This record gives sequence, structure tokens and C-alpha cells, in this order.
Amino acid sequence: MNTTVRTLSLSVAAAVVAIGCGKQEAPPAPQAQTPPPAPVAEVVRIGHVAPLTGGIAHLGKDNENGAHLALDEANAAGIKLGGKPVKFELVAEDDQGDPKVGNTVAQKLADAKVVGVVGHLNSGVSIPASAIYNQAGIPMVSGSSTNPALTEQGFTGVFRVVGRDDQQGPAVANYLLATAKPKTAAVIDDATAYGEGLANEVEKTLKAAGVKVLPREKGTDKTADWKAVLTKIKGKKPDVVFYGGMDATGGPLLKQARELKIGAVFSFGDGGCTDKMAELAGAAAEGMICSQAGIPVQAAGKQFLEAYKTKFDMDPILYGPFTYDAAKLLIAAMQQADSADPAKYLPALQSIDYNGATGNIQFDEKGDRKDAEMTIFTMKDGKIAPLAIIKSGKSLTLDEYANLASPGTAGK
Amino acid sequence: MDILLQQIINGLTTGSVYAIVALGYTMVYGVIQLINFAHGEVVMIGAMVAFTVIMALAGAGLPLPPFAIVLAGVLAAIPVCMALGYLLERLAYRPLRHAPRLAPLITAIGMSIVLQHLALLIWGRDPRAFPQIMENTSFAIGGTGGAAISSVQIAIILLSLALMAGLTWFVYRTRFGIAIRATAEDVRVAALMGVDADRMIAATFVIGAALAAVAGVMVGTYYGIAHYTMGFTLGLKAFSAAVLGGIGNLAGAMLGGLLLGLVEALGTGYISEITDLCRWPLIGDGGGLLTERCAADGHVVLFGSNYQDVFAFLVLILVLVFRPSGLLGERVSERA
Amino acid sequence: MSRKTIGIVLVALALLALPLVLTQVGTAWVRIANLAILFIFLSLGLNIVVGMAGLLDFGYVAFYAVGAYTWALLASPHFNLHLPFWAILPIGALFACVAGALLGAPTLRLRGDYLAIVTLGFGEIVRIFMNNLSAPFNVTNGPKGITRIDGLAVGGLDFRATDRFLGIDFTGPAKYYYVLLLLLLFVIAVNLRLQNSRIGRAWVAIREDEIAAKAAGIDTRNVKLLAFAMGASFGGIAGGMFAAMQGFVSPESFVLHESIMILAMVVLGGMGNVWGVIAGALLLSFVPEFLRYTVEPAQKMLFGRLLVEPEVLRMLVFGAALVLTMRFRPAGLWPESWHKREMREGEAA
Repeated sequence: MNTTVRTLSLSVAAAVVAIGCGKQEAPPAPQAQTPPPAPVAEVVRIGHVAPLTGGIAHLGKDNENGAHLALDEANAAGIKLGGKPVKFELVAEDDQGDPKVGNTVAQKLADAKVVGVVGHLNSGVSIPASAIYNQAGIPMVSGSSTNPALTEQGFTGVFRVVGRDDQQGPAVANYLLATAKPKTAAVIDDATAYGEGLANEVEKTLKAAGVKVLPREKGTDKTADWKAVLTKIKGKKPDVVFYGGMDATGGPLLKQARELKIGAVFSFGDGGCTDKMAELAGAAAEGMICSQAGIPVQAAGKQFLEAYKTKFDMDPILYGPFTYDAAKLLIAAMQQADSADPAKYLPALQSIDYNGATGNIQFDEKGDRKDAEMTIFTMKDGKIAPLAIIKSGKSLTLDEYANLASPGTAGK
Repeated sequence: MDILLQQIINGLTTGSVYAIVALGYTMVYGVIQLINFAHGEVVMIGAMVAFTVIMALAGAGLPLPPFAIVLAGVLAAIPVCMALGYLLERLAYRPLRHAPRLAPLITAIGMSIVLQHLALLIWGRDPRAFPQIMENTSFAIGGTGGAAISSVQIAIILLSLALMAGLTWFVYRTRFGIAIRATAEDVRVAALMGVDADRMIAATFVIGAALAAVAGVMVGTYYGIAHYTMGFTLGLKAFSAAVLGGIGNLAGAMLGGLLLGLVEALGTGYISEITDLCRWPLIGDGGGLLTERCAADGHVVLFGSNYQDVFAFLVLILVLVFRPSGLLGERVSERA
Repeated sequence: MSRKTIGIVLVALALLALPLVLTQVGTAWVRIANLAILFIFLSLGLNIVVGMAGLLDFGYVAFYAVGAYTWALLASPHFNLHLPFWAILPIGALFACVAGALLGAPTLRLRGDYLAIVTLGFGEIVRIFMNNLSAPFNVTNGPKGITRIDGLAVGGLDFRATDRFLGIDFTGPAKYYYVLLLLLLFVIAVNLRLQNSRIGRAWVAIREDEIAAKAAGIDTRNVKLLAFAMGASFGGIAGGMFAAMQGFVSPESFVLHESIMILAMVVLGGMGNVWGVIAGALLLSFVPEFLRYTVEPAQKMLFGRLLVEPEVLRMLVFGAALVLTMRFRPAGLWPESWHKREMREGEAA
């Protein structure tokens, strides 16, 4: 996901104090401290970054929990690299969802000599930060950044385990094409990188199928008054409407559309794929279609779900399973290469074939997940309920997917 | 035609809200030439307070009719906002009455930030959904499938008109109103005539805040949502409306509000068709530069609804540059 | 006098050594220092407009955005242009300057508070355009922003790589630090020179009483325009450096709150007083980080959880600081000596 958190981004400076306070934090990694004779576990640091304050702090915490769980399990398993026991340590940072802070934090992780990074949450932060990791030679695996641009920069060490907007867009568009069989479609977005990017992909797929797409309408990530835009759309009588944006604006949009008696099928991306939609749009939300990148939380590996619940006393919210897999992947690649040196384990990461909580994971040459799953939801009795999981262009029910995803058979 | 009519209804509804908020700006400005930047936040607080009360009453399961619940929300929001308006004037602006012009403006921005974040602390960061307790029936105009006006829209427009009429009566026909106008004309002379100028100035804040409270509830029920940032842009637009009509002028604020609402709705509704290059001769329409693209996409729109927030600012800038006294403003603002 | 010289030398040495010391703690702190310098630079640019000429500008970030986008468009794969810095930086300053004049020319005859609102609107308009100029023809790449922007490169010296001089490693951010420091010295010098120049005095005259200034033979309109254009140019330069340093720009970085933040630095420190503005910028850069490292742990310790996020608290502090400064120290925490003089005279009168 790609939520923009409008933090006031002047959290810049304060060099002076920050130094003093900085010492409380993880000190820069002591590199060459030769271990005493007894085989004390060597510490391997893995970074995790997500917004831990601000509007989507709860999602950030979910991401962090996922990575945390992965490292705990690895430590319990007593992994050895190069014949020596190692202890994995999570260096968790807060990027506040702000690109400027994201860059500073990325540098902090590079200073701390982490060997890999799980994160960031928002694409808008992941993209600039990836340049810093790339320069420092640290692989990064995002569990939630869906903007295609992230892996289009030509950086070899940038991966994601979640589907791209241009995979999610076509998935929801194809579902609409198959079920609603539209002739005319209206596409609206909230003029953010996330909303616009997703809307573009939906439009592309619809157009390719011969659907007439009306000129794009836009609001902002704060728009409450959609009446003028919707009235204009109403005059063109579309069969389906797609909105690329978050629930905070999507809810009022849906509500006002029904007030204007627009009968079209309304559909949303993952930003509008929450229970909050029902709260904001009331009865108007029933029957809406929406998509999420990846598999629904309920469909994640059972073992993972139970472990998460035991450790954090709650269910994962959204991307927890993905960051869990991202961290596990890094460790698996290190095990394959038998080294925590990024330069050595990076090739292993590129060619990895791993069965995780979110299914089988392999990367293509850009670092995107091959054949990533998408899930289509609908609103039923005020709660979003999965309708279908789209995998390899095929639409599967939850049960079919569960049978497919059992280890060994996954991936095809 | 139906669509045009629908856009006019939309515009008039939003415009009524702008007008009510603009009245608050214009009254304060008329009296002490201060742009009360925090006025938009008062609207937001009004919406939030009403939200809290309505939620509590709706959740309590009392046998109250929906109308009574909403009314209770409004009646709770008004005194809270009035108190807030008074506090703003008393604590933030009054001490600066003889300070340089820019000082109160900076204070206003500061108060706006403070109020927003206090609201964030109290009501949280997530948008709050206004409960849909009032039956919102739509009435078709000109047959089914045509334009429609909802009961909430009718209520907003009628209530706004009533408020405007009431305020006009109050300002022009009561002794208190005359005292306010005297203060606006000349604070010192009014004081010599026995008018308590401080009280009159405070009164404009309090009256403006009461109107803002009503506007807040209107916006909340109309869009079904309240959010701690909702006041700022609304306030700016209402201010633009006040300037458009001629700041300091009550009738101007009303006219400006309604006009701005219409400009926004019609602009959003039609600008993309006007600036669709495919419809322009020579460029898209046969043998032009964009023929291929037009054939593929059907449209090449220069400006669409994505520029809807620009309209208010453009109106503001154009009015200030070409007619600084606004449409109905008699007073030329050359008091350096 | 000699003590003053020694002081200056010590400060200079400390400033020169700072990035090297910070690098030892962590390069991240050099980045933080760089952003702080950038904001001091910006607030000194705005100081010319607001502090000296008394033109309240709520849309300063627009010029910063123009500079940043100029650099981004002329030195990135977006248009496949890779112009050298000595071409882009002046072009960016020029564009920002033109934008400043364009905004200023029609609006400068407006009174102060109207001007404030119009500049605010202008700032928003610029941001909305940057956010939407991706269709139908892609100019700014819209909300996605522009990535892979070239860094600063002077001759063969790439400012992103680490270089070794005199046996010391200079990381990318450390090298940027010296460039920014140089620019900062330049803007400080300009500010100081302006303060007592003919133009500077004309600005102050306009700020205090425009009609009297006009009567005294000052071409108020041109002089005000000059302030606007000059402030805008500095904003443009800062924007260019920002784009080069971050390697990524998007409209999100140029929202109204940034304008208000920069304005708060100027107002809080002391409008018109260079050292006051610098102190104000440092203070406001420092407060959020301070809150971050104190408020969060303190709350967790006292209440066991986070009640008020430091970010929210920071905004409350900013807002309250603006209000309280205007109430109790309208000339700022470190007022211009000129102001002080005026106040003393006021008491005597």
C-alpha cells in the first residue's frame, strides 16, 4: 500500500541534540570485535522501517510485528552461518511516512551496518530510500510498497513480496470485465501517487478490452464533496466506476453516488478495501467490489497466523504476513549462501524459491514477485469478504487456493 | 439539461454553506479588518461537537425522533463554538489590537494549527462518519433519471436563507446590530457615542462562530463525514467568497458564497469538456496534431476536475487584482 | 576585537569539523545537519521578503518547488536531460525569480493581509499544477514525483560517492554539507549587506509605513518587487539543492505546512534579524527531534503507552509558539536591533 501520511515534513534537523540523543540508540555496529574464545553468537542486524507514528502507525506496527516474528523464529532455530552460530537482531526504525525522514532513517540503517532491510511501508518513501540502500549495497525487501516505479530503477538489490499496482489494477479490472461486462467505465482517483497509479492500470486494462473509458476525474486525498464530479459522470451513464484512493475519501464518494442514484458497480483498490467503507458509506457500501494485493490475511499460512496471535495477542492487520515472509526470505538466502554478507547472499536472494506464509515466492529479474496473487473482495453485511483469489490469471475461491498453496504444489 | 440543473443544485448547496461561513469572516473583517484565519477551524469544531452529541444520543436508544437528535447536536455545537469564538477574540486577538497588521494574521495561523491538533487529540486522526439517522429522500425534478434534490440539500438551502435573513434583520433592525455597524464604521466615534466597542467586537466573533457551528453540522450531515482537517480549506474558500462579494459587506458574503459554489460545481462539471483538445478545431478536430491520440482515447483533456481547488484561489486573485473591493463592496481597501 | 576574531575562527573550525565528527557517530546525522542548513537557508531567503520588506508571504514553498522541479527536470532520466549544475542552479533561481515577479507584479499593491492570502493561494496553485501536469502531457510526472535525479557533480567530483582526501573519508552527505555551508555563508552575507544598504533601508521604510516611504521618494512598487524576486531566487536555489541531495522530488514535499514552518522560523527568531532567524530555524528544527527523544519515552514510562504523538505535540508547540510570540515578543525572540531601538524610543515618548 501506498498511503500518504501528510506528516509535516520538517522533522529534519536538530543535528545538535540529535547527536546527544543518538547515543541512546543502537550504537554503530562494532565490526571487528573479535569474539572471545567461546563461540558467542555473532549478531546479524536486519533493519525494518515503517511509519510508527502518524495516520497509519497501526499498519506500520503490523509490518514490524511480522518481521519481528520471523527473526524470533530464526533465533529459536539456532541458525549457523559459516559454521558460527548467529543471532538475528531487528533494528526497527520509524520513517513517519515521510520521504525526507525515510532517507535519514535509511542512512541510519546503513550506518548501523544492517545486512538487509525489510521495508518501507509506503512506496513514496521506499523509492527514494532504495537509492541509499543501493549505494550502501544493502538488499531491501518491501512487504507493502506496490508502486511499479520501486523496482523499475535498475537497482539489483530491491525486491518486493507484494504485488505491484500494475498487477492489482488489471486483476480488479479483469474481474469487472468478467462479471459486470461494462460498455462504459468511469475512472476516478485522488491525485496521489498510489491512487493515480492504480487508476491508470485499471484504465489501461479496461481500454484494452474495448471498454469506453470517460475522461479521468480527480479529487484529492481530502475531498469530501464529490457531487459535482459524480453528477458529471452520471450524465455519461457508466456501467462501472473505479476509484483509486483511500477509504476516507472513497466512503463519501460511494455514499454520494448512491444519493445521486448512480446505479453503476463501484470498485476500489486496496486503499478502499476496508471495513471503514461500510462505516463511511453506510448501506451504500453493500456489494461494492475491491481488491487487495496479495492473499487475504485469513488465507495466510495457518502456522504463521497462530504464531502471530500467540506472540502479539492480535491478528495480523494487512501486510504482516508479507513482512514476515520478507524477513524469512532474507534469512533463507543467507542460509543458502552460508553468509550474512550482502554481496554473497544477494545472488541467492535473486534466485530464491521459497514457500512462505503468503505462498510461493520467486523473484523476476526486476525484483518483483513472480505471479503475485491478488484478492477480490466484496462488502457483505458491513464487512469485506474475499470473493476470489487471482493467481496466474485464474480466479480461485479461498478453498481452492488453500489446496493449491499447500507446500510442494505451490507455484504453478 | 438535467445535468446542468443538477450541477446548479449541487453548487447552490455548497454555496449556501460557503455563504454562512463567509458571513463570519466578513463581520469580523468589517469591524476590525482582521482575517480570522481560525474561523474554518471553528466550523470543524462545530461539526465534531455535533457528531459527538448525535452519536451519543443515537447510541443511547432513547425514543427520540431523528430530527430532535440532529437538533440537539446543533444546539450543543452552537454554544461551544460561541465560547470558542469569544476565547479566540479575548485571548488571541484583543491583546494585538494595536500591534502591526501582520501580527494578528500570524496569530490566526497559529491558532488554526493549535485547534486542528487539539481536535486530532480529542476526536482522533480517522475521519468520523456522521450517523445517517435522518431519512434522506431524493425528490426527482423533471421525471425519473433527471435531476434530483435531496431533503438534506433542501434543508441546507432553506436554513441558510433563514440564517442570512435573520442576521440581516439583526444587524440592520436591532439596537445591538446598529451598535455593531457603528463600531465597524469608526471604533472611536462609536465609543464616544456610548457603544462598548470591545463588546461589539467580541459580539461579531461570537455571532460568526454560532453561524460556523451551524455550517459545521450542515457539512457533516451533507457529506456524512467529519475530519480534523476539514475546516482549513473550507475556511479559505469561504474567505475567497467573502472577498468576491466585497469583504465587510453582509450581502456581498452571501452573494459571493453562492457564486463561488456555482463556479466550483460548474467548473468541475464542464471545464474538462471545454478544454478537451479533441473538440478544438485545428488541434484535435480533424487533421490536427492530436488526431491519432484523439482517435485512440476519445479525449485529450487539458484541465479537469483535478483543478477544482484552484477555482476558488483563481477567483480570489482575479478579484483582488481587478476589483479589490469585490462585487458589492463600497469601501475601497486603501487603508494602508 | 581580537577576541571576536578568535571566536570567529573557532566557530569556523567547529563548522568545518562538524561533518567529520558527525560521520563518526553516523552519516545519518550529517544528513540531518544538511537539512537543517537547507532550512536555515530557506528562512534567510524568506527573511528578505517578510523580515526586511514586511511582505507576508504564505506561499514561499512555491519557489522552493520551482527550483526543485527545475533541477529534477533538467537533470534526470525523466526527459533524459543531464545538464551540469552550473547551468541548472542559475536556471532554477531564474525561474523562481520570474515566478516571484509574476506573482508580485499584480498583487503587490494589495495590502499586507490580502497579500498573505494571495500568496497562500499561489503556493497551493503551484503545488496543484505540479501534482497534475502529468496528463494529458507528462511534464512533472504528477504525484509519483521524479526519481533518479542526478546529484551534484563538479568536474569529476561526484557528490554522492565517498572520496578520500588527506587520508580522511568524505562521504556524500559530508561533501554536500560543505556546499550547503558555502551557500549559507553566501546568503548570510547577502542578508547582512542588504540590511544596511540603500535597498534594505527602503524595505524597512516600506515595512514600517508604506505611504511615508512613498512620500520620501521610494519607488515602492519596484523595491517591493525586488524583495519578492530576490527572496524567490534563494528559494529556487534551495530547491535545486534539495532535489540534488534527495534524488527524488514529489509535490508532497511542497505543501502549505512547509511554507508555514519556514515562516515560523523567521517570525519566531526575529523578523529582519539574520542571527535571530538562524537561531529560530535551528530552534524549530531542533524542537521536533527533542520532543521525539524525550516525550515518547517519558509517556511510555508514565502511562505505559503513547498518548500524544510527538508529531502532534510538535504542531501544538509550533502553533502556540506563533501565538505567544506575537503576544509577548512581536519582534521575535531575538529582535532586530533596529526594533529594539524603536521600542526603547517608544517607551521614552
